[in-house]
Amino acid sequence: MQYHTPDSFEDAVAIANAATGTTRFLAGGTDVLVQLRADIVTPDDLIDIKHIAGTHDITHNADGSWTIGVAVTGAEMSEHPTLKNDWPGLVEAMDLVGSTQIQGRATLVGNLCNGSPAADSVPAMIAINASIDITNATDTGTATRQVAAADIHTGPGKTSLTKGDVISAVNIPAVQPNSGDAYLRFIPRTEMDIAVVGVAVNLTLEGDTITAAKVVLGAVAPSYVTVTDAANALIGSTLDEAALDALATAASAACNPIDDKRGTIEFRTQVSGVLAKRAAVIAYARAKGANT
Amino acid sequence: MPNDTQKISVKTTDFKVVGTTPDRPDGIDKVTGRAKFGADAYAPGMLHAAIYRSPHAHAKIVKIDMSRAGALKGVKAVVTRADFATGLAGENWNILENIMASDTALYDGHAICAVAATSALIARDAIKLIDVEYEMLPHVTDVDKSMASDAPVIRAGTADKSVPAGLGENVVRYHESGHGDIDAGFAAADLVIEDTFKTEATHQGYIEPHACLATLDTDGKGEVWCCTQGHFNVQKVCAALVGTETSQIRVTASEIGGGFGGKTVVFIEPVALALSRKANRPVKLVMSRSEVFRASGPTASASMDIKIGMMKDGRMTAASAVYRMQGGAFPGAPMEFTSMCGFAPYNLENVHQIGFDVMTNRPKQAAYRAPGSPMAAFAVESVVDELCNELGLDPIEVRLMNASHEGTKASYGPTFQRIGLVQTLEAAKAHPHFTAPLAENTGRGISCGFWFNHGGETSVTMALSEDGTVALSVGTPDIGGSRASMGQMAAEELGIPYEDVRVTIADTATLGYNEISHGSRVTYASGLATIEAARDTLKKLCKRAAAKWGIDEDAVAWVDGCAVPSGANAGDFDPLPIGKITRSMGRTGGPIVGHYEATPEGAGVSFATHIVDAQVDPETGKTAITRYTVVQDAGKAIHPTYVEGQFQGGAAQGIGWALNEEYIYGTDGRLQNTIFLDYRIPVASDLPMIDTVIVEVPNPGHPYGVRGVGETSICPPLAAVANAVSGAVGVRMTQLPMTPPHILSELGKKARAKKGGANG
Repeated sequence: MQYHTPDSFEDAVAIANAATGTTRFLAGGTDVLVQLRADIVTPDDLIDIKHIAGTHDITHNADGSWTIGVAVTGAEMSEHPTLKNDWPGLVEAMDLVGSTQIQGRATLVGNLCNGSPAADSVPAMIAINASIDITNATDTGTATRQVAAADIHTGPGKTSLTKGDVISAVNIPAVQPNSGDAYLRFIPRTEMDIAVVGVAVNLTLEGDTITAAKVVLGAVAPSYVTVTDAANALIGSTLDEAALDALATAASAACNPIDDKRGTIEFRTQVSGVLAKRAAVIAYARAKGANT
Repeated sequence: MPNDTQKISVKTTDFKVVGTTPDRPDGIDKVTGRAKFGADAYAPGMLHAAIYRSPHAHAKIVKIDMSRAGALKGVKAVVTRADFATGLAGENWNILENIMASDTALYDGHAICAVAATSALIARDAIKLIDVEYEMLPHVTDVDKSMASDAPVIRAGTADKSVPAGLGENVVRYHESGHGDIDAGFAAADLVIEDTFKTEATHQGYIEPHACLATLDTDGKGEVWCCTQGHFNVQKVCAALVGTETSQIRVTASEIGGGFGGKTVVFIEPVALALSRKANRPVKLVMSRSEVFRASGPTASASMDIKIGMMKDGRMTAASAVYRMQGGAFPGAPMEFTSMCGFAPYNLENVHQIGFDVMTNRPKQAAYRAPGSPMAAFAVESVVDELCNELGLDPIEVRLMNASHEGTKASYGPTFQRIGLVQTLEAAKAHPHFTAPLAENTGRGISCGFWFNHGGETSVTMALSEDGTVALSVGTPDIGGSRASMGQMAAEELGIPYEDVRVTIADTATLGYNEISHGSRVTYASGLATIEAARDTLKKLCKRAAAKWGIDEDAVAWVDGCAVPSGANAGDFDPLPIGKITRSMGRTGGPIVGHYEATPEGAGVSFATHIVDAQVDPETGKTAITRYTVVQDAGKAIHPTYVEGQFQGGAAQGIGWALNEEYIYGTDGRLQNTIFLDYRIPVASDLPMIDTVIVEVPNPGHPYGVRGVGETSICPPLAAVANAVSGAVGVRMTQLPMTPPHILSELGKKARAKKGGANG
């Protein structure tokens, strides 16, 4: 196994493109190192991207948007003084990953690239229209393209990333006025577990009326599901009982889960609706200015 | 379990050290990381071992080809069953068959061969180069299916003589006990409730995986360092399995990162010894977590039928039970304990119980904290709860009315001596928890629980140092703070400070045989032996003082750490402190060493009553334990905070067993959840502060009245939590674990039934 510590994305891309065997990127390592120890994957090339300048930075841009470096940890997101004011749902989703110790290492990008359909931060990123910077080689050097967070994960253990692709940043849009996001997951315990169902909701209001909505489910299908019917159930409503019931029905209908050791089809389908309602209530309160 | 009490005088008051809470002697080492556990041993030239395990639930081993593995650079030895002793019988054969298969893989994870290499990584890679040819056999992992006449047979001819004719080959032992006339008792009842219950297998969940470092020379002399609850047992089993004499193997117990019964058995030490003998190098072997789940000893799963009759006033008229216990691919499921414990809390005229020990294609079950009793309590106490609900009776009053007490003929035969069940029920009734208002969607569950206590072979040595301090050697690994309680009992007897006693878990070459730290026996038996060794030491100290003073030995008494004349007639001498006697012991007769060796038989059984509040989210089926109170009879709490720790630990493990822990097997017979992520033990934030009440009804068989406390605490929680959840959701929960999908599914059935009823 070759361990690389490139100090630029250009070098990282070059190493990744030159690698011929199994390649893994190391940021926090909370999945890669576990897989190594469990003898699931032994990479031929392990590319540590933490040494690249800027990868630990959370930047609030002039237009109100945010750029989050690929090695920024969950703890750094939670402890950032203003990020959670704009995007509390994203921060709380990332904060649900693992333990205190894991929070000191785990990253958004790692959560995304691990390829699990049950990652907590991914529905939250998709719900707020986050995009991902991907750097790769071109004829003249390297170039960076932007891809919606929703378009990275394609199935269990699978992403749309191709050889040489190195994620170089996460872009979070500027928060709109009267908006709120929220993420809830179901686990049988209180922490240290993998989502059996995850639901992210992002709402924008005009007065009491919802004018824009996005509802994203995790852990209930081979990949994350953006539920248009659920959003439509909310748009135009004031989150009354009927809208909430329609939301729950749409969320449950969008599920395509499996029976496994973590939950049954029946359970995941039913609880998706329950959590969608609860997340919508929190997002709505946040859009109204509640500090929850 | 022996219930005979030796005639001894019991001291219950005026303690100076007993009943206080000094720091544990291993505390600093454990919080600083200096403590040496099983995997912390190293030796020059040491090799690392790995075990190849069956991926199949049941398969004939046609051929094992280790040539590719053996040829890998760095591999120094390979072993198969051919490298172990032959001609074994009984339990030794079972243990060997379990830790190294002969001709058939009996469960997913069954060890088939092993390698030792110069690094752990090479050993791991070598395992991947082992080629085993299998012939697949049908498998069964469920206890009820395994009892069916068409079930795949695990090993024909295993059943012992106790099994009645006509049962399947997988039923290997049978138990039946009781007294009175249950038919008459049920006929007399105002209400009879009968129900069937199931529990899944759970694992002890100790955080430290099994680990050892072993050396076995060609001359047959061996050394083993390992984490175990009983190193003398490891010594005996290892010697038998590798074919040498017991005394030639010296075993040292490491610090232990949890055992709970699961480290009373031997899995890897003989494998490391066999590899060492072949490689002529020390061999270290450490299980992975997944190996621990697949191939150590979880507890039995159970399928149980309970029937209890009750009068309108709450008096029980009769009770009967059938317990079907699944114990893996070997005999040993603790069905006799299940049978004996289930109705033990109740003073029953008519009682009958049957137990079946059933084999399946699962790992060989091992002890887990009060083995067999928690499942019985779950089933029995659920029916008692249902009877109370149906008859509108108070659950504590009903239990008080029927409670076993001194003189009760126990459901399993003997007559109870002094016991404290009634006192735990009274304390529970008086506890503010019992009458506190309940929040929405919350139920309150009550349960009693019972476990024996055990004596067992015990040997203790107490050596005095020249400065008057004490080296106490005991042979029972410290799994619950026993070094502290032994030090307290020694200090109490000698009249010296606790800090002047250093307690060591001595190796197998240092003491006589000590039975395993199991059966809640350590504070009772090693404690009794420590007190007796101290009294032996005092006799020797008094003799030295008598010689110095020129008076009769009998005229010397021991008071507050000093020899004193026993009365005015004995003479007028200044008190002689322990340090003054020991300073000159070299020239007054040599070293002073006290000791005690015996099999104490005055162990006293222990009862508990638990109260728990469980809140269930009706939309997700998720349970939160919002309040928990343990009331248990400790006889005498030597170190009260460690007693409380045992109470809380049992409750915590019981909550996990009730709610989320389970062995999940796929249709292929493979274990699905082999890591802690998916085998869900409670995390700290899942539990409320567990309140404790220590009841002290002295055991007449111990000098201070001690009863074992480590196991009884896990007996009531399964039932108490199930009763609370059943109350919260309005459905009798008859199957564990009560996972959110399970509860939500029951709620769905209830809602559909209600709707169907309304429509119909």
